[in-house]
Amino acid sequence: MTRNLICICCPRGCQLEVTLQDGQVTDVKGFSCKRGKDYAVSEVTAPVRMVTTTVRTEEGVSVPVKTAQPIPKDKIFACMEEIKAVRLHLPVQMGDVILENAAGTGIPVIAARSLGE
Amino acid sequence: MREFDLAVIGGGPAGMAAALAAKESGLERIVIFERDSVMGGILNQCIHNGFGLHTFQEELTGPEYAERYFRKVQEAGIPYETGTMVLDITPDRQITVISRERGVETVQAASVILAMGCRERPRGTLGIAGFRPQGIYTAGTAQRLLNIDGVLPGKEAVILGSGDIGLIMARRMTLEGAHVSAVFELMPYCNGLNRNVVQCLEDYNIPLHLSHTVVEIHGKDKLEGVTVAAVENGKPVPGSEEYFPCDILLLSCGLIPENELSRGCGIGINPLTNGPVVDDRLETNIEGVFACGNVLHIHDLVDYVSAEAAQAGRSAAAFVQGQRGDGGETHQIIPGDGVRYTVPCSFHRNSREDTHLRFRVRSIYRDATILISCGDQVIAKRKAPVLLPSEMQDITLKYPLLEQADADIIVRIEGVTA
Repeated sequence: MTRNLICICCPRGCQLEVTLQDGQVTDVKGFSCKRGKDYAVSEVTAPVRMVTTTVRTEEGVSVPVKTAQPIPKDKIFACMEEIKAVRLHLPVQMGDVILENAAGTGIPVIAARSLGE
Repeated sequence: MREFDLAVIGGGPAGMAAALAAKESGLERIVIFERDSVMGGILNQCIHNGFGLHTFQEELTGPEYAERYFRKVQEAGIPYETGTMVLDITPDRQITVISRERGVETVQAASVILAMGCRERPRGTLGIAGFRPQGIYTAGTAQRLLNIDGVLPGKEAVILGSGDIGLIMARRMTLEGAHVSAVFELMPYCNGLNRNVVQCLEDYNIPLHLSHTVVEIHGKDKLEGVTVAAVENGKPVPGSEEYFPCDILLLSCGLIPENELSRGCGIGINPLTNGPVVDDRLETNIEGVFACGNVLHIHDLVDYVSAEAAQAGRSAAAFVQGQRGDGGETHQIIPGDGVRYTVPCSFHRNSREDTHLRFRVRSIYRDATILISCGDQVIAKRKAPVLLPSEMQDITLKYPLLEQADADIIVRIEGVTA
């Protein structure tokens, strides 16, 4: 079985062709870099995405946040719910951990901007 | 009157990169004027990731990209004045600014870099019938409301236009609990990047309908819905109309460089880009005034903006320091078959620097060849499996190549249009 994908690693958007046999990736075509090849394998076996959103601080200012790494696609909405429950005070430094373990993935959510210095 | 070697108009990614490059090239008396209360420009509201792969070799969010540049500006000791709006620039580079701290003030700059960015195409330019109810926003306005002000501006959304901001907002609204019924695009191709179609629409089962547009807006005080129709040969197809109830319509129909200041200064504007006409030094027709970033032409990637802006910074420094030669004779760069525009529009034969030729194609091409010719001779050639109007092309013309170019250069595309 083959699956055709568009790579999301960079704006080039390479067209990938992944060959699968019994759920195992046996071949990837069309990538231009290692990130693309890794993406193809991940996308057909255990797809992941970065989650970016904002957290409203007690002071009323919105702080942009992101998962430190991509998380499983099916955890995105659970991650959003957990981030919404976070209570945060200024000041915040870029890189500060906002949530240690997003939706049980073990991946932290971190601030993407310094505010309120 | 305060005097500067370089005044940079705009503290977004273009302005910061230009100021940094000018400083590295030895200019000392630099100032950045920024209208907003913070530096960083539009990046502050672009909280999604995908920035910085070229510049930093890693994938950052917009605010992170901005903050990294802002820290460099601070470390370099480059003065910046926020909350400061430029009102006027004269051809002899006197700049009138207004701020709460200084009131109205005129300063003298030896060189000026225009880095004002762009605005979104508003509803008024789109020609959609109907009333003007509350609930119609440009995608970027909604992005600001949601990401900076923390307000979700609607619950049931329709998006017109497939620009990247619209695609990004389709995902963002969905994550925040709104329902996005579809994205409609007038053109037969998507204007945003393929990666955004995948990760913003397909991931959330949001359909993209090409060759469709909104033909009527319903609701008098508050938006109630839109009628959408298929489009053929620029006209709505009778009988194809479909009604979509919604309380918010997002418009992602293109960006327009913000050149009121440039026009006021007498700078020539290229009708193809709505940005200043510049030469290979990114200098406008007014000596010592340069342009870069989205005020010059619309870019897909901030990384390209930073690179272009750095070139403008170096050019301004060379001008102020009297280090540039006369450049020799100049020739035009002309968009030929399949090419919508080029930046720059002209080049100096003896500029002694490589020239970045940036341009966009008119339609989708497959198995294409980009041909750059001078007179009867093809001087550069590049093959491309696919060329998309949504992707800016960037070809470096090596200096010795241009030194030999004794006539205008034409850029054209050969290939199959799809």
